[in-house]
Amino acid sequence: MDTEKLNKILAVFEGERGGLISILQRVQEEFGYLPEAALSSIADFLKLPPSQVFSVATFYDHFYLTRRGDHLVSVCQGTACHVLGARDILETAENCLGIKTGQTSPDYKYSLERVACLGSCALAPVVLVDNEVHSKMTVRKVKKILTEDLGDTETQT
Amino acid sequence: MIQRPRHDSARNALHRKDMKKSISIQSTEDLRIDSAESLRLLRESLIAGEQTTGKMVSVCCGSGCMSSGSEHVREAFVREIKDQELEDEITVKKTGCHGFCERGPIVIVGPEKIFYQYVTKEDVPEIISETLIEDRVVERLLYEDPVTGQKCFHENDIPFYQKQRRIVLKNCGVIDPTSIKDYIKVDGFRALAKILSQMTPEGVIEEIKLSGLRGRGGAGFPAGIKWETARNAPGEEKYIICNGDEGDPGAFMDRSVMEGDPYSVLEGMMIAGYAVGASQGIIYVRAEYPLAIHHLSSAIARATDMGILGHNIMGSEFNFEIKIVKGAGAFVCGEETALIASIEGKSGRPKPKPPFPAIQGLWGKPTVINNVETLANVSRIALNGGKWYSEIGTSTDKGTKIFSLVGKVRNVGLVEVEMGTTLREIIFDIGGGIPGGKRFKAVQTGGPSGGCIPEELLDLPVGYESLAKAGSIIGSGGMLVMDEDTCIVNIARYFLDFAQNESCGQCTPCRLGTKQMFNILQDITRGNGKPGDIEILLELSDAVKQASICGLGMTVPNPVISTIKYFRKEYEEHIHERRCRALVCRSLIFYRIKDYRCKACMKCLTACPVGAIIGAKWQVHEIDQSKCIKCGTCMEVCPKRFNAVECVTGLIENSGDKGE
Repeated sequence: MDTEKLNKILAVFEGERGGLISILQRVQEEFGYLPEAALSSIADFLKLPPSQVFSVATFYDHFYLTRRGDHLVSVCQGTACHVLGARDILETAENCLGIKTGQTSPDYKYSLERVACLGSCALAPVVLVDNEVHSKMTVRKVKKILTEDLGDTETQT
Repeated sequence: MIQRPRHDSARNALHRKDMKKSISIQSTEDLRIDSAESLRLLRESLIAGEQTTGKMVSVCCGSGCMSSGSEHVREAFVREIKDQELEDEITVKKTGCHGFCERGPIVIVGPEKIFYQYVTKEDVPEIISETLIEDRVVERLLYEDPVTGQKCFHENDIPFYQKQRRIVLKNCGVIDPTSIKDYIKVDGFRALAKILSQMTPEGVIEEIKLSGLRGRGGAGFPAGIKWETARNAPGEEKYIICNGDEGDPGAFMDRSVMEGDPYSVLEGMMIAGYAVGASQGIIYVRAEYPLAIHHLSSAIARATDMGILGHNIMGSEFNFEIKIVKGAGAFVCGEETALIASIEGKSGRPKPKPPFPAIQGLWGKPTVINNVETLANVSRIALNGGKWYSEIGTSTDKGTKIFSLVGKVRNVGLVEVEMGTTLREIIFDIGGGIPGGKRFKAVQTGGPSGGCIPEELLDLPVGYESLAKAGSIIGSGGMLVMDEDTCIVNIARYFLDFAQNESCGQCTPCRLGTKQMFNILQDITRGNGKPGDIEILLELSDAVKQASICGLGMTVPNPVISTIKYFRKEYEEHIHERRCRALVCRSLIFYRIKDYRCKACMKCLTACPVGAIIGAKWQVHEIDQSKCIKCGTCMEVCPKRFNAVECVTGLIENSGDKGE
């Protein structure tokens, strides 16, 4: 882990009250996840017991303690998506990527997760791929996005 | 093509004369609003300048339309207008959400405000040449009423909008949410100027109390009383928190308001701050809403630049600043004490109340927490008076409520209606009823804390008490319509799955109670239900409701209680007959091929993802039930004219465990 990078982030929060969650968000933005060493340094910086920092980092869904894939696929499981077939979409995504929900592929290309609601309920069911919302999904459409489209960006980069 | 009335050319000429005026307005960018008078002057000059624009294209850039590609449409307009050198005549503006997201991208064109739906970038040259230059309507982009077949020209002609009353959403889809001038033009900050120059804090609280405004986030606590409590609480340091942690799956009105009309949220917070005696505001927004965060941040920066936020606002003694805190993904943080813990940098675990946040909230100081929609109502009330607001709605429920109408309904989107509008009006008149000739089954209101309301109660007027009596709540306004193809037990299971995932875990009734309830529901949907399960579910629901610390635990059994109350028969069918009449629960259904209809065409045989279909060319196909995963692909690919695959339920042969 790049300690210098971490210290730079921490310096911004010097003296701020209740900054733990914001710090974790910034660190994750920088490193992609929360490395264990970073959590310990954050605890030192805030003069908090490491247990409290770990407690917060594991309480919230958005924090990850392990490295994530380059592409993040989130399948919405909100109510509107649910009644319009989100379960099938999630299963299809699992099959296409060859990983279970919550997992990252061994080559760190993809991570797959379910989200409670993206607030795009009028366009249900929706899938979020790398911050882009794909609306009115069908099994066929999600297959195409995850195999062809994502595959294409892979070969380009 | 339909000929429209021509644009008034005399007015056009007048507009050009005013062009100079509009230029002088551009230079007001660095102007500071230091009094109610300077705000009035700016507003007047902005309105006078507006008439010069004449032809306008407004592209919806709310999250919904954006994901349907509205940004490309907007870019195409800008490019095309530049290429044709029409920049002086036609302006392109981006707006917030119109609420009819399903029809996006939505574009409003010309001075006549023609409403175009499903616009693509390929349509752009035609819209420019036909509508903006030739004054003709591009008919294929108009909304067509599915009942009458009539084409609708304007937003207000569309049945979806006709029964709505837009008070909170009045600016959404109309103004550019990134432009403070646009907001000022539509009476923005007028309410703030009014209260700062003419009203005492107590007077403001009286108006809010008079209006009858209640919290729009779920619990429905009277806003005025909350404010008054915080005002009277001892201490100099007080806080206003805007709860933008819209966690209910299926609800997205707060998102639209924050994205489409961020200044109204700021103004509401400032008025609350003045009334309560707070000088600091915090907006807690969920991280899933990046556009809302972006628009709010830029609104705060812009308002601060103009002196509308900060010290001595509009020449008064009032100081107020606002910052944004981003959520980190925990549904329970919508609960006010958990939200406060989260802002303080802790895990979002609710605390028992009292003490209420209004007495002892953020950092132990008096804190008012209001939801986004509640705060967006405030400037409307402050400007028009509490009496005006109290006359909207019913004798018990005042004002309007935004519902997000989703699920199995024709017109999906955000609808704002007066309290007291019936569920039938919302679902059938505004929502256009159930698509595909299906039958209405139930409507679920209030998300995980709410309940399912059956057909016989459709004429129920929406209100806090009326829905509570029916075993549901208004909640944050989620409204999920279900048809005969939705399994009611599966829906209950869905909500309990959500609840047990989101339980913060600190109190046992909620942590273990919801888990047990989920397990029982899972068993029922998997064909392993036992006699007595319904009674245990009800008993557990009661325990969880009574013994949990916070609102989450107290309400999450509602979906189970209400579905058992109104749809007990469906539970019994699942348990005793292993039957799911909606054909949703996979363990209770199976697919089979009618041998007398099968033409042995090999379509299903090749499409089956698990090779569960036996047969060959000229040899009637059959499904090997031990291999079948019940994905329904065979039924989907079987040619309609053969119609040889059927899905059946309630038979004993089927007792495998294949998912829920």
